[in-house]
Amino acid sequence: MQEIDPTIHSTDVPVIHETHVEHNGNGHDHHHKQSFITKYIFSQDHKTIAKQFLITGMTWAIVGGLFSVLFRLQLAYPDESFSILETFFGRWAQGGQIQPEFYYALITMHGTVLVFFVLTGGLSGTFANLLIPLQIGARDMASPFLNMLSYWFFFMASVVMFSSLFVQTGPASGGWTVYPPLSALGLASEGSKIGMDLWITSMALFVVSSLLGGLNYITTILNMRTKGMSMTRMPLTMWAIFFTAILGVLSFPVLLSGFILLLFDRNLGTSFYLSDIVVAGQILPNEGGSAILYQHLFWFLGHPEVYIIILPAMGLVSEVMSVNARKPIFGYMAMVGSLFAITVLAFLVWAHHMFVTGLNPLLGAFFVLLTLLIAIPSAIKVFNWITTLWRGNIHFTPGMMFAIGFVSLFISGGLTGIFLGNSTIDIHLHDTYFVVAHFHIVMGVSAFFGMFAGVYHWFPKMFGRYLNNTLGYIHFWVTIAGAYLIFWPMHYQGFAGVPRRYLDFRLWSSFNQFTELNKMITIVSIIVFAAQLMFVFNFFYSIFKGRKVRTANPWGSTTLEWTTPINPGHGNWPGEIPEVHRWSYDYAKDGREFIPQTEPVGAKESKH
Amino acid sequence: MSTTWIIIALILGFIVVFQIAKASEYVAILRGEEKTRKENNRVNAFLMLAFLIAGLFGVWYCNEKLKGKILGEAASNHGERIDTMLYITIIITGIVFLITQILLFWFAYKYQDSDKRKPFYYPHNNRLEVIWTVIPAIVLTVLVGFGLYYWFQITGEAPKNAMVVEITGKQFNWEFRYPGKDGELGKKYFKEVNEAEGNPLGQIWSDPANHDDKYTTLEMHIVVNKPVKLIINAKDVIHDVGLAHFRLKMDAVPGIPTTMWFTPKYTTRQMKEKYGQDFNYEISCDQMCGKGHFTMRGVVIVESQAEFNAWLATKPTQYSVAMGDGTTQPAVAPAKTTDSTAANKATGKLMN
Repeated sequence: MQEIDPTIHSTDVPVIHETHVEHNGNGHDHHHKQSFITKYIFSQDHKTIAKQFLITGMTWAIVGGLFSVLFRLQLAYPDESFSILETFFGRWAQGGQIQPEFYYALITMHGTVLVFFVLTGGLSGTFANLLIPLQIGARDMASPFLNMLSYWFFFMASVVMFSSLFVQTGPASGGWTVYPPLSALGLASEGSKIGMDLWITSMALFVVSSLLGGLNYITTILNMRTKGMSMTRMPLTMWAIFFTAILGVLSFPVLLSGFILLLFDRNLGTSFYLSDIVVAGQILPNEGGSAILYQHLFWFLGHPEVYIIILPAMGLVSEVMSVNARKPIFGYMAMVGSLFAITVLAFLVWAHHMFVTGLNPLLGAFFVLLTLLIAIPSAIKVFNWITTLWRGNIHFTPGMMFAIGFVSLFISGGLTGIFLGNSTIDIHLHDTYFVVAHFHIVMGVSAFFGMFAGVYHWFPKMFGRYLNNTLGYIHFWVTIAGAYLIFWPMHYQGFAGVPRRYLDFRLWSSFNQFTELNKMITIVSIIVFAAQLMFVFNFFYSIFKGRKVRTANPWGSTTLEWTTPINPGHGNWPGEIPEVHRWSYDYAKDGREFIPQTEPVGAKESKH
Repeated sequence: MSTTWIIIALILGFIVVFQIAKASEYVAILRGEEKTRKENNRVNAFLMLAFLIAGLFGVWYCNEKLKGKILGEAASNHGERIDTMLYITIIITGIVFLITQILLFWFAYKYQDSDKRKPFYYPHNNRLEVIWTVIPAIVLTVLVGFGLYYWFQITGEAPKNAMVVEITGKQFNWEFRYPGKDGELGKKYFKEVNEAEGNPLGQIWSDPANHDDKYTTLEMHIVVNKPVKLIINAKDVIHDVGLAHFRLKMDAVPGIPTTMWFTPKYTTRQMKEKYGQDFNYEISCDQMCGKGHFTMRGVVIVESQAEFNAWLATKPTQYSVAMGDGTTQPAVAPAKTTDSTAANKATGKLMN
């Protein structure tokens, strides 16, 4: 079916497809019509796969968000009973109160699901698949089949993870980092029984999905750019996704190896992570392993992972911001350079998660230095975004609002990283609510904002309709105000040393002074969750009933995806793939509102 | 019942909002989409400014409400350094926070879409970019410098005169061991652990250094103004000795002992006088360790040397407890406990 030779640029392909317009007009030589199954389910069209990733990701986001509402209820009202919980969760919420095992299962699943399934699978999977071929000018990914497999491995990972919620001993419950020995020993925790095996299986499938996707993204960006699309003419979304994919390809295998050793320790009696253990009255035979080894393997991915989450968001924000400020992104090369710097540094900072594990202090010192170095490219990016707004003509589309919100949150959460990256302060703040506040703002909420910016901006490309604007504005204001109300005060809880992962503080005289605050946070998080449900509703409603897109380029954007028909078929462009003559940020140049990338450079045009 | 009402209220609110949103779309089409867009633009630009002002007020208000609820002054020498470092960082990041957030939202408001202004084609400026690369680099160098200076002081060797206390985490409480007169903790081996026979830590009784070691749980006693070195162990999974008032924290890892030292500055009594009778130096477990993680509480009692000595004198040595004799200490260990196979057999029996 696939007859496109990736080594041949579009313009070299003889134009034999003009007569095939009725076949989605896509330049592929289809021998028969696509059935429902090949079009919507086992589709190899990157746009459909993107939608599959997005909708799966959204489903998981609702599940993960709901978990957070449940455990926030416990934190706010530890002594109250909610009979509705017992109705739904039975013995997990005996007497209408969330049991400790249930609480820990909830936080573990909340973390796993949102970090991996939503902000990695859902974010990269969606926008890499949607935008790479459209923005570099390709008919599809380098390997549409691997791309399809990438989604279906993700789907299988989802099924396995979801099934683990229903096993009798419950899902994994050792926190999303699943540190052994806790995660290795069924004796130490109910969640470390079958639920943990399912967790590892699911994550292994997820890693496969991520690798298949990542290799495809890298190959496509390197090899399949249309004529004239040099690397430095690509939109920043492409650079961000490119670096993200490299990070993923280099670090996910390390995580997988860590998980496999854990699986061995759990089931085959090895001692990679286990030594000197007396648990539940039993003396285990294991000797010589190191529990810290796992943490090195985990964070060697775990830290790049946070950049895997945030880089695509940065790319989306850069693009959306430039388009809607009607002005080129400021410092394009600096933006690319800082993405590159972050990518390299991402591999060199993992042990800053381990300052208090007994790490050699000298080694810790190097990690402090390298960690704080990341603040420099991050600062460059922030200043460049702000300068992009300066003297622009800002169109506050919902996408643009989320892009601006992203920058605000990235500043707030990034600055607290300077606290935690400094080992001296980390001694006090490690594993307190300060950490919770930090990473939720900087990679949780901001990455969501990047994703929302992308969804609002490219929804017209995905579905040929607009999302409802009013709901978009409400969504934005509730979410940004809510995010700050929820997470800002948590910094103070962190200063007070309040530990994470406690479900009840009544036992403690040092940490029990935040009862009122915890209630406020819970109420706000319920409201914010409701606003997200409204977004989901808007999303599905608008797919079918939204206002129709009537112009090919509704935002007045320079990039290639807006040169396709409003509802592009498989293959994206009905005729030849357009040729590119300039970079993607010629806004406001020479008195013109924007100049599409496809327009040849005029003789009198000024240089930048 | 109230849950049902809340859910009904949410659904109703949702329907109302949706209907308004849908109607606004029709109105937009009737009035002209461009006109509506401009109006929305003005409203949202104004809200950006309003959000900035409300946000800055919120930051101030939050601080007013909560500054009294964070911990009192640091109760250890290291804690003072950590607090100093914390304040330096708060001031520097606070300044950056204010400047960048104000610029961001102010620009968003000021440069809202306007027919009167053409956007400025401004793709790059090398000098500006160098400036905002170099300034953060200098500031961060300062922060790293201070940070590491303190870091090496805190993680450096404990003073020679430091008292030694061993702390062991297990699901879900803390155990402590004090060396006796010899000032030395005896050797341990995890396979010697046998709670039924009075050996919860797995001390090797053939090591004479073990004979005067004392074992307690729940409370750790230490001496004010005297450096203390903690030797940190875990028996089952990773725990973490969190001492919020001393601003310290160190993981307890099975199989890999870690250490941490500090000098407490105030006795528990002094702190109670200052912060109320509810005050306690608490040991919190700061590393997820299972379902009882949030209950894994220990207490530190800081007292004078005399009080400490008096307290320690009331505790029997663990050796005497294990040997079934609370008063006297045999000079040599009975031969059978040196035989680890015998001990293992005993453990096996216990398991069955």
